[in-house]
Amino acid sequence: MNDTQNSLMKTDKPVGIVGYGAYVPRFRLPASEVSKMWTGGTGGVPIQEKAVNGLDEDVVSMSIEAARNALNRAEIDPQLIRAVWVGSESHPYAVKPTSTIVAEAIGAVPHTQAADWEFACKAGTEAMQAAIGFVGSGMARYALSIGMDTAQGRPGDALEYTAAAGGAAILIGSAAEAVAIIEASYSFVTDTPDFWRRAHAQYPSHGDRFTGEPAYFKHIMGAAEALLTGLERTAADYQWAIFHQPNAKFPERAAEMLGFSKAQIQPGLLSPRIGNTYAGSAVIGLTATLDIAQPGDLILMVSYGSGAGSDAFSFRVTDHILAVRDRAPKTEEYITRRQLIDYATYTRYRDKLKMA
Amino acid sequence: MEVSRHWRLRTQRYSLVGEICPNCGVKLFPPRDVCLECEAPAKELFTFTGLGEVYSYTTIYDAPAGFERYVPYTVALVKLAEGPLVTAQLTDVAAEDVQMGMPVEMVTRKLTEDGPEGMIVYGYKFRPISLTA
Amino acid sequence: MTNVSIIGIGQTEVREHWDTSLRHLAWYAIEAALDDAITTDIDAIYVGNMLAGSLSRQDHLGALIADFAGMRGREAITVEAADASGAAALRQAVLAIQSGLVQTALVVGVEKMTDQTGSAIGHALATTLDQDYEAVQGATPAALAALMMRRYLHTYGLQLADFAGFSINAHRNAAHNPYALFRHPLPPERFAAGTLVAAPVTLFDQAPLADGAAAVIVTHSERAMDMSPHPVRIAGSALATDTLALHDRRDILWLAAAAESAQKAMRHAGITPAGIHLFELHDAYTILAALSLEACGFAPPGQGWQLARDGQIGLDGRIPISTFGGLKARGHAGGATGVYQIVELARQLRGEAGECQVPGARVGLAQSLGGSGGTAVTHVLTIDNFQPPFSAQADRF
Repeated sequence: MNDTQNSLMKTDKPVGIVGYGAYVPRFRLPASEVSKMWTGGTGGVPIQEKAVNGLDEDVVSMSIEAARNALNRAEIDPQLIRAVWVGSESHPYAVKPTSTIVAEAIGAVPHTQAADWEFACKAGTEAMQAAIGFVGSGMARYALSIGMDTAQGRPGDALEYTAAAGGAAILIGSAAEAVAIIEASYSFVTDTPDFWRRAHAQYPSHGDRFTGEPAYFKHIMGAAEALLTGLERTAADYQWAIFHQPNAKFPERAAEMLGFSKAQIQPGLLSPRIGNTYAGSAVIGLTATLDIAQPGDLILMVSYGSGAGSDAFSFRVTDHILAVRDRAPKTEEYITRRQLIDYATYTRYRDKLKMA
Repeated sequence: MEVSRHWRLRTQRYSLVGEICPNCGVKLFPPRDVCLECEAPAKELFTFTGLGEVYSYTTIYDAPAGFERYVPYTVALVKLAEGPLVTAQLTDVAAEDVQMGMPVEMVTRKLTEDGPEGMIVYGYKFRPISLTA
Repeated sequence: MTNVSIIGIGQTEVREHWDTSLRHLAWYAIEAALDDAITTDIDAIYVGNMLAGSLSRQDHLGALIADFAGMRGREAITVEAADASGAAALRQAVLAIQSGLVQTALVVGVEKMTDQTGSAIGHALATTLDQDYEAVQGATPAALAALMMRRYLHTYGLQLADFAGFSINAHRNAAHNPYALFRHPLPPERFAAGTLVAAPVTLFDQAPLADGAAAVIVTHSERAMDMSPHPVRIAGSALATDTLALHDRRDILWLAAAAESAQKAMRHAGITPAGIHLFELHDAYTILAALSLEACGFAPPGQGWQLARDGQIGLDGRIPISTFGGLKARGHAGGATGVYQIVELARQLRGEAGECQVPGARVGLAQSLGGSGGTAVTHVLTIDNFQPPFSAQADRF
């Protein structure tokens, strides 16, 4: 398809983000700990530190807290939510939805849809894309989408430095109630095997440098350029942008390729401080940006999921953001609430010790 | 394998749903159907805010089966803002930082699991109130 | 109202009986009690046990033990009230004899802790808690004791060391008890360095769990003289309950069931705390010793610990406790513990306590607690011809 303007994903009814909430667990593993363990401290590190979930935390518990934050901001009756969708690659059960547990905990059951989504690191925005369609078609008044992960990285692998825990919940509703109106979105996918985890494997595998040019950059650029072209915009029209952040370098380079400045991506660029939260990575960049955005600001968000694809979204922040922002803890508060751990503690918290 | 016994308590575990006595007005958690104070029937549901303070606490070093992986962990009696005491773990806090009277809030966490292939039990724990709003 | 007397007592050592099964343990105690009494004519058997279903995967102990003890056909049931199971079994025997339908009853408390190892024991013990609202949070019996103790320390401005006297006294007395698990003294500096179990409760605040069995034979007091050279009278008996969960108590530092059952038992015996010569209490944790002394009227709330500090709980003190080591040093044999207390009180009143003897002991109190105090069973024992200072009130026994 060449007519990107007509192929923009737009809803019949105007929709927006009516509530949002982040969650980051409090433990942090400095990348230097991983380096010390596996390279004798000689290797460079891609980020400063990554967030690690505690022993009693998983995608269910983390999603519940993020969802409660989103609901506290929206101040709506949870019974009006007609879909609870959780995107993750760390669902605690292989079979049994995370989403029903979250829906039950926030009081959205039983008259609701619930499902788990999986598309590597873009499972969260995939759920969001679906929620936009659900509300935009008039099938639902509110739909809750969550991107949350407790990401896996093989001990000693490059991903171990960054694979982190965290994410965010985005509640979609009508544009009239929105803190940010969704102008349009655009999805771009191909069959690109850059990163995967087989059904019963404990850790993912990846194609090293193959994850870059033909994977991350191709899809990020494909989705972002199509969206910008369709909206007849350039980077200069936007105050803020968020790109999926597997590390610090990739989103910085994607921003540069699209003409965004470092200042534009700075509020949402969290990977240096919390790591790559996989399905949570783009959406938690969005919540951090919403925490500081001003009414009228335009925000571009582009996710990336291996396998591979990107979802790009354009948001316009409304006046309502000012009333809603302080009703729940901000993303930054979760980031600054931190407890450093060493590699030994990390192996215990992440069940890497062989016990039987 | 235990399934229904945890499932049937999900509203208590996830949302601190207790009861209020229509006779004397006392709020009950856990729910018990007969008022603890006046022994009148009390079946009206009441959802607690999840706010409270630490009334007493202990850090457990010798855990029963199902809890070994969490040692050391802290169990408290939390005095809920609405009155009752509840037995619950404290989380997101180091044992040495717990204080009597410390304000806490309810969160939902993993309590235990029924072996590596069984059900994961989620429920209330409490943590110090440190985040704003 | 029929009076009930103890005509036979027996016990096994409290220890890890690796080579002895639950049924053998029970039998050894029964055999000793039968030898002690001048009868083998038992009408009914009451078995006190707490955890056999979990730890030995063996329930239905009434039939098992009646059969194994050569009493096939006899009425026999198990009584379960957590740690207070043994005392509760005695309570049932007392009621049976008072009913007039049972002439002579055998009470045996038995616990086999070592059929399982590791965290399975903790898991089984946690069944005595509220499963849905305490145990699911990872709470343990020690944790509940610790919650009480922390609150007590906080409320009265005390330190852990203020409880040392309870454990030191128990160890001192156990040194002379051949049935005791721990027969070594506990120096104060060792108490202070105790390994944490559930802070602030340490290994030295907590009674060690071990295998054991104890038995008593009871009958009408009028018949007792013919069946024993030194019968001991059960002058008072009462069982009371409190909320199972600690969090449901109006005051977590007041053992309401302990107070209620003690008052009833003492009223029935026509006695007050001032007339009690010794007290076998439920020192599963030092905090429970302090709270029991308070609940039973030996100290005002907040001051039970002072009796230990001031040396008032020793064999020559105002109110000797744990005279054979108590749960802390004789060892805590679960559902057998309440029967051990009765056996020990009987030995004191019979003047057979040797080095553990409380001089001139004629009236003793025994109290067994289940869990964190959800059940309390209290018995007042006297020498057979004891005249109480007040008239006994037997209207509501």
